[in-house]
Formats: sequence, structure tokens, C-alpha cells
Amino acid sequence: MTIAIQHISPEEKEIWNLLETVTDPEVPVLTILDLGIVRSVELAQLDNHQLKPIITITPTYSGCPAMDVISMNIRMALLQAGYQQMEIKQALSPAWTTDWMSEEGKNKLKAYGIAPPQYKQAVCTPEAFQDEEAIQCPQCNSWNTILVSQFGSTACKALYKCNDCKEPFDYFKCH
Amino acid sequence: MNPSLIDYTLHLADNALIIGHRNSEWCGHGPVLEQDIAISNIALDFIGQARNFYQYAAELAGNNATEDTLAFLRDVPEYKNVLITELPNGDWAQTTLRQFLFSTYQYYFYQQLQNSSDTRLAAIAAKSLKEVTYHLRWSSEWVIRLGDGTEESKQRLLTAVDELWNFTGELFLPAAYETALMQEDIGVDLSIIREQWHQKVQEVFAEATIQIPEKSWAQQGGKTGIHTEHLGYILAEMQFLQRAYPGAEW
Repeated sequence: MTIAIQHISPEEKEIWNLLETVTDPEVPVLTILDLGIVRSVELAQLDNHQLKPIITITPTYSGCPAMDVISMNIRMALLQAGYQQMEIKQALSPAWTTDWMSEEGKNKLKAYGIAPPQYKQAVCTPEAFQDEEAIQCPQCNSWNTILVSQFGSTACKALYKCNDCKEPFDYFKCH
Repeated sequence: MNPSLIDYTLHLADNALIIGHRNSEWCGHGPVLEQDIAISNIALDFIGQARNFYQYAAELAGNNATEDTLAFLRDVPEYKNVLITELPNGDWAQTTLRQFLFSTYQYYFYQQLQNSSDTRLAAIAAKSLKEVTYHLRWSSEWVIRLGDGTEESKQRLLTAVDELWNFTGELFLPAAYETALMQEDIGVDLSIIREQWHQKVQEVFAEATIQIPEKSWAQQGGKTGIHTEHLGYILAEMQFLQRAYPGAEW
């Protein structure tokens, strides 16, 4: 995620840097900033002049079991950095979309063997047996791939197979 | 506090929880691995949607209610899910047809609810709609595949239509809390959804080479707590731990 650093204080910058160290437990190459699930960082001044970070995150999917772990890991990262009080809030609106994933995140996904989401959301309609998006195999870069199932190993992924190198692979599906 | 809003939110939560629970029964039993994973993913989406609605209902209800007390400590007459969600899974045809009939309803329902004047319900609807789009696509494909498949698959689908059809009318018969909220621009106008639902079902059935049944009698009661004998068994399984060991945690 590109952060407009010119508008934030050094204290807030430190929080963003800490958040950069928190990764998705299901896809550990992605930080929560790469995923685009951190929606805001605020700092409240406590009576003892300490700062209390208030972090707002949004779930990728309603039932994503990683959210509780992510909240806990944010808490741990802040505690380790010396913050004693913090609040992790969840916001549902606006709903998360794969468009918020950083370019760096997409590159990391591919290097990890997961096809990253398409640049522009192509197929998010309910029509049956529609033409599939062309998804590039993250192993051999072939475009000759086929959808096996829209539902994969986690809520956010679809299952594909490469017709050339014959390897199955996950696709971080558009959302 | 708006009592209709609590009932409405619980109704949506219960719908999602109960059909999610039913789908989760397929986990480890699906016909092939990919479809087992698919229906388990769909179940997970529903449990997530249910949690979002229960959390809101708990805030509205106060009195130390939580998402867990609402899910685990209410009994059958307090549940407000539509009957079609609690029916047993039957075979794969019945499960996927039920999913299709329900997802079509949910798709149009959430489309409208995302414009609700209640921003919390609108946010949950907009979030859920993205997931339901995948559910609807997946279940439509199964209905078409089975209906336009072999003689046996078609027969199984027809049997499922016969089993489930009387339970579809309830989706569009508003309970008092739905009528009240529709008048306040919070709730959805079910008469509009009924038209959209009918058209979509007709399209997919046509591709599946089957007919919409002519019978129109609707079995109802779920929205106001009058359930089939099946819900008690679901709750017995789901609630046992919290009833036997109150407050138990992992």
C-alpha cells in the first residue's frame, strides 16, 4: 500500500511501520498492508500522555477465520513496541475488494505460487457457465489454464490447473 | 430501541446460521473433493454473515446479549429462519437446488438491503452480496448440470423440486416485523424480490430443461418461530456444549 507520508505524523508513521510487520496467517508472504485490510490508523492521547493507537481493519470475506488472528497479531506487535493501550476495530463498509491489494503484494503472491487477482475485476456476476478469465500460471507463466473450482483452500481463492505444466494452483479470486 | 429491527436482524442472522450449519454437514462428505471444499466454503461465508448480523442484534438488544448467547441460548420458537433453510440436506440435488433457490432470493434481497437507511444492515448486505454472487453462480451451474445431465440426475433434481417447492413461498410472505421495517425504508420490499426471483429461477430451470411447478401453496411459520421438527435436532447438536457447560471456550 502506498502511504501518503507527507500528511502523517512520525508517531503515526511508526504505527504503519509496525503494521507492515503483521502478515496474513493464511498467506504469510502478504502483510496486512499488502492485502489492503487496514482502513485507518488514529492515535488518541491518554491522560498519562501516552498514545493509544486505534486501528480499523476490514475483513476480506465475512467468515474469514484469519481476522481474529490478525487482530491478535496487531495487538502483539503494538505491545512489543511498548504501547500499553490499543483498540482494534472492524469496519464492514466500504466492503473490501481485491482492487485494494498493493502491486508489491501481487508480485509477492506470484513469487509464492499463487496467481494474483486480475488488475480489473472481470467476472463477478452470478451468471452460470460464463467465459472464464484468463489466469496466468504462476509456475510456468502459461495462459493455457483452466478453472477447477471457484472455491479453493481459503475463502479468498479459486482452484485452477495449468494445461501446460499440469500443475494445480490457487488464484486469489476477484472480489 | 426498535423491536422490529431486532427481530428483522435476528431473522437474517438465523437464516444464514441455519443454512450455513446444514451446508457444513457436507464437510468431509462431499461427492468429490473440490465440491466438498466448495460447499464448506459457502458454509463458512454464511457463518460469517450470521456473526455480523448477530453482533448487530446483540448491540440492539442490550441486556448483555452477545452473538454467542443469541446463537447458542435461544430455543426453537425464538428462531426466525425460513423453513427451507432447516430442511435436511437430502441428496446432492436437493442440497444444490435448495442453495440455488435460497441464493437467488438472497442475491436480490441483499441488493436491495444495501440501500437500506440502516447503515449497519446496508454494510453487511453489501459485504455479503459479493459472496452470494459466487454462491448463486455455483448453485445455478449445479441445477443446470443435473437437470440437463443424465436420466438419473434429472430425476433426482425433479424429486428435489417436488420436495422444496412448497417452502419457497414463505420467502416472500412478510412477517409483521418485515412489513413494519419496509414502511420505515429499512427493510426490503419482498414483492419486488419475488418477481426478480421468479424470473431468475425460470431462466435457470429452462436451461436445466425442467419446469417451474404449478402448485403455489406455501408452507410457512419459520419467520415467527413455528418450525418443522428438524430445527430442534440442529439446535440440539449446535447448542449442546453451551447448554451443558455454560460459557465454555476453546
